[in-house]
Amino acid sequence: MSVLLLLIILGVLTTLIMESMPSIKSLGIGYLWGKVWDPVQNIYGAYPFLIGTLLTSFIALIISVPFSFAIAIYLGEYNPKGWLSDLLKNTVELIAAVPSIIYGFWGLFVLVPLVRTLEMKLNILPYGVGVFTASIVLAVMIIPYGASLGITLIRMVPSPLKEGAYALGATRWEVIRSVIMPYTRSGLFAGVLLSLGRALGETMAVTMLIGNTTALASVFKDVIFGPGNTMASVIANEFAEADHTLYVSALIELGLVLFFVTVVINLIGKRIITRFTNN
Amino acid sequence: MENTIVKAENYNSYFGDNHVVKDVNISINKNEVIAVMGPSGCGKTTFLRGINRMHELIPGATSKGKILLDGENVYDMNAIYVRAKIGMVFQRPNPFPNLSIYENVIAGYLLNGIKVSKADKDVIVERSLTSAALWKEVKDSLHKKGTFLSGGQQQRLCIARAIAMQPELILFDEPTSALDPISTSSVEALFHELKANYTLIIVTHNMQQAARVSDRTAFFYMGELVEFDDTKQMFTNPADQRTQNYITGRFS
Amino acid sequence: MEAKIGTRNIKSMIFKGIIVFFAFLITLPLIVILLYIIKQGITQVNWHFLTNVPAPPGEKGGGIVNALTGSFIMVLMASIVAVPVGILAGIYLSENPRTKLAYYSGLCVDILQGVPSIVVGIVVYFWVVKPLGGFSAIAGSIALAIMMLPIIIRSTEQTLKLLPDSLKEAALSLGVPYHRVILKVIVPCGFAGILSGITLSIARIIGETAPLLFTALGNNFFSLKITGQMESLPHVIFTYATSPYDDWHDLAWGASFILLMFVLTLNIVTKLLTRKWKIQL
Ligand SMILES: Nc1ncnc2c1ncn2[C@@H]1O[C@H](COP(=O)(O)OP(=O)(O)OP(=O)(O)O)[C@@H](O)[C@H]1O
Ligand SMILES: [Mg+2]
Repeated sequence: MSVLLLLIILGVLTTLIMESMPSIKSLGIGYLWGKVWDPVQNIYGAYPFLIGTLLTSFIALIISVPFSFAIAIYLGEYNPKGWLSDLLKNTVELIAAVPSIIYGFWGLFVLVPLVRTLEMKLNILPYGVGVFTASIVLAVMIIPYGASLGITLIRMVPSPLKEGAYALGATRWEVIRSVIMPYTRSGLFAGVLLSLGRALGETMAVTMLIGNTTALASVFKDVIFGPGNTMASVIANEFAEADHTLYVSALIELGLVLFFVTVVINLIGKRIITRFTNN
Repeated sequence: MENTIVKAENYNSYFGDNHVVKDVNISINKNEVIAVMGPSGCGKTTFLRGINRMHELIPGATSKGKILLDGENVYDMNAIYVRAKIGMVFQRPNPFPNLSIYENVIAGYLLNGIKVSKADKDVIVERSLTSAALWKEVKDSLHKKGTFLSGGQQQRLCIARAIAMQPELILFDEPTSALDPISTSSVEALFHELKANYTLIIVTHNMQQAARVSDRTAFFYMGELVEFDDTKQMFTNPADQRTQNYITGRFS
Repeated sequence: MEAKIGTRNIKSMIFKGIIVFFAFLITLPLIVILLYIIKQGITQVNWHFLTNVPAPPGEKGGGIVNALTGSFIMVLMASIVAVPVGILAGIYLSENPRTKLAYYSGLCVDILQGVPSIVVGIVVYFWVVKPLGGFSAIAGSIALAIMMLPIIIRSTEQTLKLLPDSLKEAALSLGVPYHRVILKVIVPCGFAGILSGITLSIARIIGETAPLLFTALGNNFFSLKITGQMESLPHVIFTYATSPYDDWHDLAWGASFILLMFVLTLNIVTKLLTRKWKIQL
């Protein structure tokens, strides 16, 4: 059975590599920074999607980190037990449980009009959909990952360490800043990495909200607020209609890149956590 | 010596390269109660687990030499058979949490898939629990989970579980070290009764206990069997200096 | 000195205030989303909705029976594959933690857990859809099964690792062969934990859309043919949510409500099961 797992992973890898061979061969490494994606002309450049993916993920990460950390500190340190913390814990778990398609759907009908109003106020082209909208929903979706790991880690801080600081007259905040934070730093970083891994691969909600344009905007505020595309969303949108070998293969190469990036990020994150828990 | 039940001949145990039990020769008679004593880490547990071939289950653990059970080397027999034939009771009571008291007693049959009729099961359960001095206490709650019992009751349940398999020999590894004094004395009292039908080998750190319950005592030191003699003799007049040191508390 | 303690305490209080604020702010989006889905969805759900296929655009009525049965069938088929494989692999990992094979399998589980679902979809497309010549429920189930595996494996492994060694020793000392010890003692004792892994994995995959896009796709009609295209709850939501018709949006809200109820129920069941077992999933 365990051998089966190895086979699955190897199979995934070989399939992805094999099927993206035509694109790797004919497009070479330039594929990654080609700025134009035009299947009609048979030109494939992944750069817009790489940027789109990184942008949505990083914005989502920046939004989510204060929340994840606050939840982790609250549930790990301030209030680990009791009904209030149970309520918060269940909330966090439910956020993780809601399917991404539902986030996408809700975002499309509730968040998009809101963002559109906002954009009109700010005098930006009011698309509604776009990188910014997708990032907000993505942020909500990934908060639980960083938070739940953070809770576990903060609870692992040995209490003699904390008590030592309290005995010296430190305040709660000082203990958190100078004992808990340094002690859990690497683990919290791993939590951020794992959330990033999630965000990079998230498909449905982003596909529904990002606007799906293959052209890369030239003005910065359009890059943020205007429509874009991520690697995952391009695959979701175009795979079914890709009608010639190179097109299909170029899409799969996106999948391959996505696979590599998420695997590396996940393994680094897990490695850090293992090292942390073993110490 | 047709009265011998277990005999170790040049028996050695290893954990990888660590030679833990060294060249032990011992001969134990039927219906004897043997206490095994010695300082921590001297190989008592390891020796005990060598007798019913539990030792080899630990990765890297090996052994050499013979353990004869009724004249036959257990290392030439099927390990599963040996374990079924020799009872074992552990330091911490370990009833199966998913089974009722009743099922715990006949766990050896249930888990091995041995078919026994309901009537026979009832007989085995009652007899084993009676032998383990537990029947009176649990006869009305046989179908409750075994983990609801007190520590001492759980340990007696584990003894009943061993007895149910009708072993000739039962091995005990510090059976009372996790129990309170009252439970301890109930288990000790049991040893006296079990002696009539079984041979008992009991590892213990408690010298009073050894003196109270055993006929003969084996003293291990650094993996060697240093002395094996009548319990009274050993506690009053040990032959070996190391035994002397141990029982006078110079090391433990 | 004393004045300083005062400001330090105030600082500490302010910090706590910020933490509490951010921590509880998170309940807001959840409540908003849940209420919105319930408000939009609950009015759609009735007997007709649960027993009919979607209506063509412009026509009133219609339901999601094809998606309900489709989701049910595909999750069931995925479980039939993933549950035994996952439990066995989990047992292997917990029983042989130090072997090379266990190390690499553990690595694979970690990798599999991180693989984006869309990538699973693509791969299964090439493994199943292409060779079979078309989208099918089988392909969808395989994609879902792959996504279930790591969750079942990890929960089984962690549950079994929590069981004390003494339990295994007790059974072994009674002369029970190893495979029976696993089957009759270890697995039953860890049953609740293993079961919670299964319910959790179902909760996670029942809303997965991306891997189904290229495998089972969807089907506007009622179909039980596992070699053909099959509708599913998440897919019906996706197609109907992104359509231009209001009636279809309503149908998607109804389907979202049902899906949400399924997911919530499964999560609650998982919670009840893990209450006894302190496993981290
Ligand atoms: N699982 C194991 N793996 C490796 N070495 C072990 C293992 N168990 C015991 N040992 C080693 O074997 C030696 C004997 O251990 P054993 O458990 O037999 O001692 P003991 O006499 O029963 O001690 P105690 O009175 O503390 O129970 C010890 O030095 C220990 O380091
Ligand atoms: Mg011992």
